[in-house]
Amino acid sequence: MRYAMAIDTKKCVGCSDCVVACQLENNVPIGYCRDWVVESTSGTYPNLETEYRSERCHHCSNAPCVRCCPTGASHIAEGGVVLVTQDKCIGCGACIASCPYDARYPHPDGYVDKCTFCIHKVRKGEQPACVQVCPTNCLYFGDLDDPNSEVSKKIKERKYKRLKTEAGTDPQLYFLI
Amino acid sequence: MKTTRRSFIKISGAGLGAAAIAGSSINWADGSVVNDAIPRAKNLERTPTYCEVCFWKCAGWVTKNEQGDIWKIEGHNDDPHCNGRLCPRGTGGVGMYYDEDRLKTPLIRVEKNGKQVFKEASWAEAFSVIGDKMKKIAKDHGPECVALFTHGSGGAFLGHLMKAYGSPHITAPSFAQCRGPREVAFYSTFGEGVLSPERTDIRDTRCLVLIGSHIGENMHNGQVQEMSEAIDKGATIITVDPRFSTAASKSRYWLPIKPATDLALLLSWIHVIINEGWYDKEYVERHTFGLDQLKAHVASYTPEWAYGITTIEPKVIRETAKEMANASPAVIVHPGRHVTWYGDDTQRLRAVAILNALLGSWGRRGGFYNPDKVAIPSFPHPPYPKPQKSYLNALQGKYSLATEVISNGLCDVTTPSPQNDCNIKGWIVNGTNLIQTLPDQKQTLKAIESLEMLVVIDTMPMEITGYADVILPECTYLERYDSIRNSPHREPVISLRMPAVKPKYNSKPDWWIAQQLGFELGLDDFFKFKNIEEVLDWQLKQVGSSLAEMQKLGVKKMKREYNDLYMPEGVDYPFNTNTGKIELYSTEMANAGFPPMPVFTEHPQPPAGFYRLNYGRTPQHTFSRTANNANLLDIMPENELWINPKVAKLLGITQGQYVWLKNQDDVVSTFSIKARVTERIRWDSVYMAHGFGHSNKKLSRAFGRGASDTEMITNVMLDPVMGGTGMRGNFVTILTENPQTEAAS
Repeated sequence: MRYAMAIDTKKCVGCSDCVVACQLENNVPIGYCRDWVVESTSGTYPNLETEYRSERCHHCSNAPCVRCCPTGASHIAEGGVVLVTQDKCIGCGACIASCPYDARYPHPDGYVDKCTFCIHKVRKGEQPACVQVCPTNCLYFGDLDDPNSEVSKKIKERKYKRLKTEAGTDPQLYFLI
Repeated sequence: MKTTRRSFIKISGAGLGAAAIAGSSINWADGSVVNDAIPRAKNLERTPTYCEVCFWKCAGWVTKNEQGDIWKIEGHNDDPHCNGRLCPRGTGGVGMYYDEDRLKTPLIRVEKNGKQVFKEASWAEAFSVIGDKMKKIAKDHGPECVALFTHGSGGAFLGHLMKAYGSPHITAPSFAQCRGPREVAFYSTFGEGVLSPERTDIRDTRCLVLIGSHIGENMHNGQVQEMSEAIDKGATIITVDPRFSTAASKSRYWLPIKPATDLALLLSWIHVIINEGWYDKEYVERHTFGLDQLKAHVASYTPEWAYGITTIEPKVIRETAKEMANASPAVIVHPGRHVTWYGDDTQRLRAVAILNALLGSWGRRGGFYNPDKVAIPSFPHPPYPKPQKSYLNALQGKYSLATEVISNGLCDVTTPSPQNDCNIKGWIVNGTNLIQTLPDQKQTLKAIESLEMLVVIDTMPMEITGYADVILPECTYLERYDSIRNSPHREPVISLRMPAVKPKYNSKPDWWIAQQLGFELGLDDFFKFKNIEEVLDWQLKQVGSSLAEMQKLGVKKMKREYNDLYMPEGVDYPFNTNTGKIELYSTEMANAGFPPMPVFTEHPQPPAGFYRLNYGRTPQHTFSRTANNANLLDIMPENELWINPKVAKLLGITQGQYVWLKNQDDVVSTFSIKARVTERIRWDSVYMAHGFGHSNKKLSRAFGRGASDTEMITNVMLDPVMGGTGMRGNFVTILTENPQTEAAS
């Protein structure tokens, strides 16, 4: 089993609903976030391109945050999901420094927090909160080992890019372009 | 009666009670040995609602946490408004409930030591003050002289109160400040309006044309979802906008039009489609009236003519016209929603309607469908008294094709004038912050100054609440029942809102406020129900459901009475117009003394050093209603001023710098706004999201964040057809120095 997410940049309108839904679902304090939206524009008026994409932890197969964690709080759980065990985390911040995607933040309660792919929902057969809420239906989550999963199909059908692959992290967010 | 010097009172926080802080009761970290920051939800209670953060009114479920307080709101899977997915504002609606700046108890304006202040009051005291004022106005001037301004679900019961009291003056700014011109234009053309939610069949369209409509930034949920579906299916999107909007970035064609010239483009598209013979001949021949007149009328509106005006190349005009024709009839030239731009808006929307008629999209799959809704009877009550006078008398025949009450018209007749025997003397304002809603704030404040009574019913302190005589704290939609949401859609569908929790503070639902005011005014016969549950259950039983059933279902889809989602093919169809046909040549407009076919008029362009102020929506906020919502402020704390890099260089403005605006009438923005230097905007205009720049300090988070576009809109171009307020003809200069400091020194 290999959980992954595909993000269709052709449909994303950058509304940030994924951010609000995640904050409420996971009780992320106001002022912090586990996912975010990036807008990038290139060209000059009127020859322009704008891309919106919803970003979060890339749940890397080769995760620097897990390798550098001194306590084992950061670990890889089922389906390759990268998680933090709160009680083992000493808040040293090594993982934050090591993440090429800036996907982690120090929670005010003293531990490091990040996207879990809403594994608590996934275990119940539900979709992550961001995927469930997205009004443009531009997020696809599922098991890459299952060729019939929506995410497998999207990655097969469409052109995609992954971010900062040069870091050797083998990230599991696929941006459909 | 003593004239009120209506100074703005900042609602005193003293003695209003400490507020619970949002989220403090939600704590999932339960201290177990291994906790992967994962909520361990038990079987949590959920109740149905429909959203009140915007007018789209998506149905959803409110889930409570283990402490019994609100945790989250999620979309209802059976609701066609949202298909199980709320937008950011709906998801963040939770913040409206937890907002500690909410209005907490009734407040009455009193004079204390020569200063006007708000005094905390009981509901009974507040009702007694309002009752006395309303009785006095009815006696001295007639009940017609009280007007209700409302935007939202509370309007149903308050509207009933007004009609029982004897006033026809119930208005929503959504008509004359927003979608009015398109409704009037479509009524004159097809005999039917576009309605809300719009009857656009976007999910099945092959070509979607957006003219200044920025779907995706305006988060009209169902439409955003269907546009996304259309993108998936490979539909062609053509976006006409001087700004590279989000929708433009998703489009096959972006036409970066010179602002204020849209009608020229529309007329040349009509010219091309007629002269190339690209229109749906069978449809046009069978269903329309006036093709020959139209052909003659647009003869000179060639793409080459339009090029000089719009800056859109003739080749592109022809190519996009061909795209539309190729997709016909599965094509939508979208009527937009906020369309009060230049004062000739009904005519521009007539051109949109005509274009759709030529392409045969009205009543066709992938074009405009025929919506259906349930007929829910009103709860029994005696007949309403017949109003004796109307504000229309004062307007002397102007705006004769308006199909709803014109809010700015009511505002105008509130300011006394000798020729007017229907001066409005009292306002009840519910769920609409008129100061940030009506353009020309000076005029609004002048009208308010003349009032004998101003009652504001809202959940939050807004700019308008500062001018009230009595403030009534309404509870949020998450704490109340409301009337059944009964919206026109592909299938008739009803939805229930019920309280998830008890109202916080001393706030109350509108139905109760209306009923109690009814009792105060001796209108008991109109309010013969124990509570709203009795009304809803009675109404639901008339349409084959019940309150108990709706409490479980939340949303119920009904069967269409007829199989007429689209028009029957190959037979005549009676349209509700004078000729019984789709009127390319409008007899209604001709009879009312307006041009029967749209004529291009040139609008002023900004003089040197000025930039046209364009404004619009942002997916994270609704009007000025949500600026203080902690959850939404977190994802968008302020609006920004979009400035083209060439302009920024010229004025020496850097990315992120705070600037001030000064308009053509020398009005300077109260607050500064952050510069967003971007290629996505033309050099002759600037752009900002509407709804920021709050000046009420009681909005502790929103106060002073960003600037208000409404403040800058002092040049209002009135639509002679229906009284709409054209607001896109304001030009601003950008100031890099703080003008207040300058003035103070």
